[in-house]
Amino acid sequence: MVPIAYYLILAAILFSIGIAAFLIKRNVITIFMSIELMLNAVNLTFVAFSHMWHQVNGQIFVFFVMVVAAAEAAVGLAIIIALFRMRQTLDVDQINLLKN
Amino acid sequence: MQIALFIIFGLLAVAGALNLLFQRHPINSALSLVVVMMSLAVLYWSLGAEFLAAAQVIVYAGAIMVLFIFVVMLLNAGEEDRTHGSKIAYIAGIPGAAAIFGLLTYVFLENRKQLGTTQLGGYLSSSVSNISEISHTLFTSLLLPFEVTSILILVAILGAVVLARKEL
Repeated sequence: MVPIAYYLILAAILFSIGIAAFLIKRNVITIFMSIELMLNAVNLTFVAFSHMWHQVNGQIFVFFVMVVAAAEAAVGLAIIIALFRMRQTLDVDQINLLKN
Repeated sequence: MQIALFIIFGLLAVAGALNLLFQRHPINSALSLVVVMMSLAVLYWSLGAEFLAAAQVIVYAGAIMVLFIFVVMLLNAGEEDRTHGSKIAYIAGIPGAAAIFGLLTYVFLENRKQLGTTQLGGYLSSSVSNISEISHTLFTSLLLPFEVTSILILVAILGAVVLARKEL
């Protein structure tokens, strides 16, 4: 018997840590990982509400989020590889192609 | 029993997320993200989502994180430099994240009576298993979105192959 609110607060904690990691980290792969952390936090919210309403629609939404996250990871990591070939760095401070 | 499960794996998830934040090497961050995902799988199971618990372990911890670790090793990513990030991130971003967390926590705690509590197992209105309920919904009323995701995956595969070619 755990209050649903506790699950939602846990998801909020994970989401906030994801935002902080997204802003603080300088490695582009780690920034990508913090996006995955935020997606996971939102998934926990979906599952908790799905449990609350006694329906599986929220769980199916999580399933679709997982599919999109997998596609996003594949394309994003390919972009990172292409970027590394061009600039030889993973530091986001040095990736400023559009700046000048 | 469920509250003990929640506390143990919730703390494990938060500790893993904080470890992701404070580790400087990408491999350490990736492995702590695996810890977060595995403990979230346990929490899904305790919420009655057995299918998603299995999918979380297989898809997230199994496939996506292997992809991440593979790229970290392929690019030979070392420790990140101790640079001072953008000023805006520290001035506006961190208080913004704290404000979002505070606001969400306040709203959830305010409405905790209406949100109710969880029961372990057998929570669906009809007495069928979680997986058969999901598959029934997925293959009847949500068949078109399900098929569209296969096209999305196909496009993502082609895009990844094109982007990761030698000559771009």
